[in-house]
Amino acid sequence: MSETIIKVENIAKSYILRHQQAEKYTALRDVITHKVKSIFSSAKETDAFRSREEFWALKDISFDVKKGDRIGIIGRNGAGKSTLLKILSRIVEPTKGKISMNGRVASLLEVGTGFHPELTGRENIFLNGSILGMGKREIRQKFDEIVDFAGVEKFLDTPVKRYSSGMYVRLAFAVAAHLEPEILIVDEVLAVGDAEFQNKCLGKMDEVSKSEGRTVLFVSHNMGAINALCNSAILLDKGQIRSMGKTETITGMYFSGSYAEAGEFIIGKSSNDEKVIIEKVTLRDAMNRPQHTFQFGDNIQVEIELDALQEFEKPYLWIGIKNGRGPVTAATAMIDGFRPAKFSKGHNTVKCTFLNVPFMPGQYTIHMGIRAADGLSLISDSKDVAIFSISTILSEIGLNGGLADTLASDSVSPLIPYIWEFEGDQKYSFDIKNYVK
Amino acid sequence: MPSQEFSVIIEPGRKKSFYWRDIWRFKGLFFYLAWRDILVRYKQTAIGVLWSVIRPLLTIVVFTLVFNKLGNFPSEGAVPYAIMVCAGMLPWQYFSSAFSDSANSLVANSNLLTKVYFPRIIVPASNVIVCLIDFLISFVILIGLYFYYQYTPDWRIVFVPVFLLLATITAMGFGLFIAALNVKYRDFRYVIPFIVQFGLYISPVGFSSSVVFSNPSIPQFLKYLYALNPMVGVIDGFRWAMLGGSVDLHLPVFFASVAVSILFLFIGIWYFRRMEKSFADVI
Repeated sequence: MSETIIKVENIAKSYILRHQQAEKYTALRDVITHKVKSIFSSAKETDAFRSREEFWALKDISFDVKKGDRIGIIGRNGAGKSTLLKILSRIVEPTKGKISMNGRVASLLEVGTGFHPELTGRENIFLNGSILGMGKREIRQKFDEIVDFAGVEKFLDTPVKRYSSGMYVRLAFAVAAHLEPEILIVDEVLAVGDAEFQNKCLGKMDEVSKSEGRTVLFVSHNMGAINALCNSAILLDKGQIRSMGKTETITGMYFSGSYAEAGEFIIGKSSNDEKVIIEKVTLRDAMNRPQHTFQFGDNIQVEIELDALQEFEKPYLWIGIKNGRGPVTAATAMIDGFRPAKFSKGHNTVKCTFLNVPFMPGQYTIHMGIRAADGLSLISDSKDVAIFSISTILSEIGLNGGLADTLASDSVSPLIPYIWEFEGDQKYSFDIKNYVK
Repeated sequence: MPSQEFSVIIEPGRKKSFYWRDIWRFKGLFFYLAWRDILVRYKQTAIGVLWSVIRPLLTIVVFTLVFNKLGNFPSEGAVPYAIMVCAGMLPWQYFSSAFSDSANSLVANSNLLTKVYFPRIIVPASNVIVCLIDFLISFVILIGLYFYYQYTPDWRIVFVPVFLLLATITAMGFGLFIAALNVKYRDFRYVIPFIVQFGLYISPVGFSSSVVFSNPSIPQFLKYLYALNPMVGVIDGFRWAMLGGSVDLHLPVFFASVAVSILFLFIGIWYFRRMEKSFADVI
């Protein structure tokens, strides 16, 4: 049993909401006038003015983290994830409770904190490194590695204000990726950058945490990334721990609320710009039963219930399946050209069935998005909507390699039919048809 | 199971017993923030660091013309008026820029405050260091004036660092206090330039302190009040050190100023530490 490195006991954080004050910050004038007012007016009026409300961003959070754990913290917007990370990073003070930690903590709540646009790439590496808690010698030592990772050798002496946004993010992440604290706290920072770079970052974090036994607390909305990186997860809901445990179990609950309604995922509005709201996604097997666990070669039907705020002609839909290592497959109107004639105002249902899905055992995430007829404007944000797992035991489908079950989930995702041919008329075929029930 | 030793404990209202040790641990960040501000200060300017010489120099010329030539204010003994103004202007510029920069520093660095942990006192302190370097550069003005007027300072010049320390304490004390207030009440953004402007007239920058003390028409209580201005002690000290034997340091006045400076440093640090933990919540 490894030692406890973080002990969180009954942490709570409250904020006072002042409903009347629209200003972002308090002005002394207001404080004075209100003080004066409260002297002359009745108590009732001042209460009405104040209408203060205590808001508990976090309530009774307790958990232990063992050395070398990689913990994913998930939850909807406003669940308290960032507040928790800020308390753990000592940026804000908890209202109640106690946290004990052992070891050097580095937190990465934003990519490129403290980057100064006027400074060159080289100067910013040193500045940002020291802000993140690296010593001068440490930065010098890793300097070449950082530059190499970011791929900005040519622009080292250019002010970063002239960088493309991609270069900027790469450099910023490269510095952070070379931090070597005992405890690393990471907020949703991978949301920036392109897919290739995101994978590179995930790979780097994975490598660092696994090989060097570093403890990582990681917040993300990307369930694929959480599944790939973390060995356990905490689901926060309205400031409380809803559940914690094995990553796959918890990420499943993130979508469905609980496993009671297996295969049903309530989604709802994700931003105010959305004109088509994905209400609910249901995964069904070939018998039309809601499911979240499938077997190799099963049909998977994705049923999407939408609420369109207005009528849309010929929208573009895409539904993709990915795992922790990246995209696996997709049904995309951009490629196949099939589009619904229209979404009428109000409720619409869309179904898409993936046939004989030849996926290796593991956890998969479904993401989707919708664009208007012009193919450009998003009418429903691209987002993760459902999660399912393939639980086939490989030897049952004729894959008898000694380490098949441990290796498969880590190496290949889809397995398409193939035939081996060896000298001496040896022939082996692996074909889905043989195993589909 | 034996209870484990934890190196970091987070609790509400916990008195940070390692506060000063923590600041020492973050000294690297302190230097990098100062280094950043020095690098950025004159980026994309044509004459760069010359600005920190030109600005005080022009003010000295104007003050000499207005106070000495038009206003007929007397200098200290036989000292050329420009040198006397310079010996007051340099510490005043140092104080005013260190004070206003550090008072605004927390708000200016709010993105750092809400994303990274470090002892917050580092931010205003590093701003003071930047101004100190500006001050040292502008010292060439004084040397230039010594040569121009063929004036030689005496042994007292070695005491300049003492008064520089006093100026730093004064600027830090006020700066920390206002910086912490500024986080919550942005009114102080408008108060700061006013304090600086007002302070210029009630401190002996363009004139010498002896003008005030030897003037019979100024009531006694105003003179006491004047002596409580910590910059009076600082500037008089600088003049005493820089202008050779022609200036007497009024010791009671000087110690009153020193006492006020030190008192404000303690108030500043106390208030800053008290407010520090809520900075990220309210900024």
